[in-house]
Amino acid sequence: MSILIDETTTFIVQGITGREAVNLTRECLDYGAGAKIVGGVTPGRKGREVHGVPVFDTVAQAVEHHGSPIDGSVVTVPPAFTKDAVLEAIENGIKLVVIVTERIPRRDVAVMVEFASYHDARIIGPNCLGIIVPDVIKMGGIGGPAKDAAKAYTPGSVGVISRSGGMTTEMSSTLTAAGLGQSTAVSIGGDAIIGSSYAELMGLFEADEQTEAIVIYTEPGGRMEAELARWVRENDSRLPIVAFMAGRFMDEMPGMSFGHAGTIVEGKADTAAEKIARLAEAGIVVAEEISQIPDIVKSRIAERSAV
Amino acid sequence: MRFFEYESRQIVKAAGIPVSAHGFARTPEEARKIAEEIAAPVVIKSQVLTGGRMKAGGVRFADTPDEAAKEAEFVLGLEINGHMPRGVLVDSKVAVKQEFYAGVVWDGTRKLPVMLFSDMGGIDIEEVAETHPDRVGRGHFSNLMEVSDYEAKQVIASIGVTGSALTRATPILARLARLFVRHDMTLAEINPLAMLEDGRFVAVDAHMDMENEARGRQQTLLKALGVGDEETRQAREATPFELAGEEVDSQDHRGVAGNVTEFDGNLGLVIGAGGGSLTLFDAVRAHGGDPANYCEIGGNPSVSKACGLAKLVLQKPGVEKIAVMMSIVSNTRVDIVARGVIKACLELGYDPAEKIAIFRIPGAWEDEGFKILAKYGVEYCDRSVSMHEAARRAVEKIQGVAA
Repeated sequence: MSILIDETTTFIVQGITGREAVNLTRECLDYGAGAKIVGGVTPGRKGREVHGVPVFDTVAQAVEHHGSPIDGSVVTVPPAFTKDAVLEAIENGIKLVVIVTERIPRRDVAVMVEFASYHDARIIGPNCLGIIVPDVIKMGGIGGPAKDAAKAYTPGSVGVISRSGGMTTEMSSTLTAAGLGQSTAVSIGGDAIIGSSYAELMGLFEADEQTEAIVIYTEPGGRMEAELARWVRENDSRLPIVAFMAGRFMDEMPGMSFGHAGTIVEGKADTAAEKIARLAEAGIVVAEEISQIPDIVKSRIAERSAV
Repeated sequence: MRFFEYESRQIVKAAGIPVSAHGFARTPEEARKIAEEIAAPVVIKSQVLTGGRMKAGGVRFADTPDEAAKEAEFVLGLEINGHMPRGVLVDSKVAVKQEFYAGVVWDGTRKLPVMLFSDMGGIDIEEVAETHPDRVGRGHFSNLMEVSDYEAKQVIASIGVTGSALTRATPILARLARLFVRHDMTLAEINPLAMLEDGRFVAVDAHMDMENEARGRQQTLLKALGVGDEETRQAREATPFELAGEEVDSQDHRGVAGNVTEFDGNLGLVIGAGGGSLTLFDAVRAHGGDPANYCEIGGNPSVSKACGLAKLVLQKPGVEKIAVMMSIVSNTRVDIVARGVIKACLELGYDPAEKIAIFRIPGAWEDEGFKILAKYGVEYCDRSVSMHEAARRAVEKIQGVAA
């Protein structure tokens, strides 16, 4: 199976008439079984179509037109309007929101995430490329045009979670070339506050029978790796995790300090070196190079099945 | 972006938090005038965007206006950690009974802001948290409702503070929490928050950091403080090379070809995207390479932008070759970047085959891109060559040159 989305998932694109959104819509419609994009929303543009997808002024109109609840939304509106768009989606019953928009102040992200939590909705991103279930569906720009996405992603047993959109594809492509397909790949975004962290997705992968291992891409900054390490220890996860850490050089950069009061709330572990140590303590293998990941994954899966 | 102390004090004051009598001076004469108005002993504090000013001698005491002018003159000329002060803050020397700490920060894991309060003020809060964890009160608060005074009260009472100290500090912490939210701060702290002999509380120092992404909607505040758009307040001033990179990137709005950081090696890097650049920079160094710069390409930049960036890197003194590398692209077009970097070489009179150590950008429009590269004899590779392997080849070529 997959996590978050499958061939039955319906979604809308908010901001659908923007240049990037038009491309993204085309890509999603073309990929796999063809995404069920049941509408788009751009205020003032009701009545238009984007690649055959009807455009509405409000999310409520899109839901009414569809005649039943809509599962998800890809939000591509400018940063100043993103919070409003996301609240509108959630208020209208949408349970999965992928936010593509970059440069959203974290206060807005925090508001959206807390609002979502009260409505049993989940946010992926912001500043992310979305979710892909190889050969089935993609929700967002992840992997690019359908034929390019098909080159990098193949169905299989590895769950991929990445703070970098582009590196999601690079790592998946490396796995594919080594004969390891992916169950679901999620670009979660690299901002200070995001809707779904590694740890917050692990439960879903854990429950997904198809998934046998997890590959993550990580960078300096934030505390998500510590949270993941804690999750792994507390949940006795069946899934081996292999991580790749980029930006190690930043440890030596001047002015690259995350000090101050922030560290006492979440603890001190912002450097690349500290993150690597923390992951390793939780039994997560940190690969030196991306090309080593497939072999490590294979041997970790073999170890687990031997137990 | 970080604010100077004199700006942070203004922000705090505007939020209804009492501050000690003070003024900002750019000259010794101005400092004297402020000291005259205060008409009591003063503290002269260097206004720099760096820590450790006390240790560096950037905080001086003066009993008279004349002394204030003299000390201000000294502090104004004192460089601290490579920063010259913007001015001095002339602060009344208050009779402090006890020092407290009040702060608000983000908890990125729980995705909520959190109030902090301690009765051990005047020192680093990290230190207090480590040595006396029971003396730091914490309380998360909702993003959806304005923080209520009782939430601040709970935080303060949790460390055993009671009596008039509790009732007087409560509105201060609550107001600090509200200004943190209202002004998109990532850090708002008052340290020390002083309790005076008469029981009143005043902010004696304040430190504010605001999120860069929020500068647009915080224009009213920034204008009131006189902070212009040109003031980036980065930890390190941009070098002329980095400024030239910004110029390249801003020539049109299509994609990104910039975010340049200067290093002093011989291998110029034209790399992308965000995560790809971090990975490739590490990879070059892991193979013993010496990067001349960091940069990021992404979002499908125009030929002229890619060309501009490549030219900038090629012309950097000490650069022998450039490596053009990215993680698999799905939006940026391989052929456009290829055209841009070849054009850069040709316009500078270089042979692309000689100057471009390697071109490793797989993905959208790669066949078209590789055709162009082949025509000019540039070594290129597709996704079957890993990012680390591409970096290794680039380093090997340049070391061949150096030998």
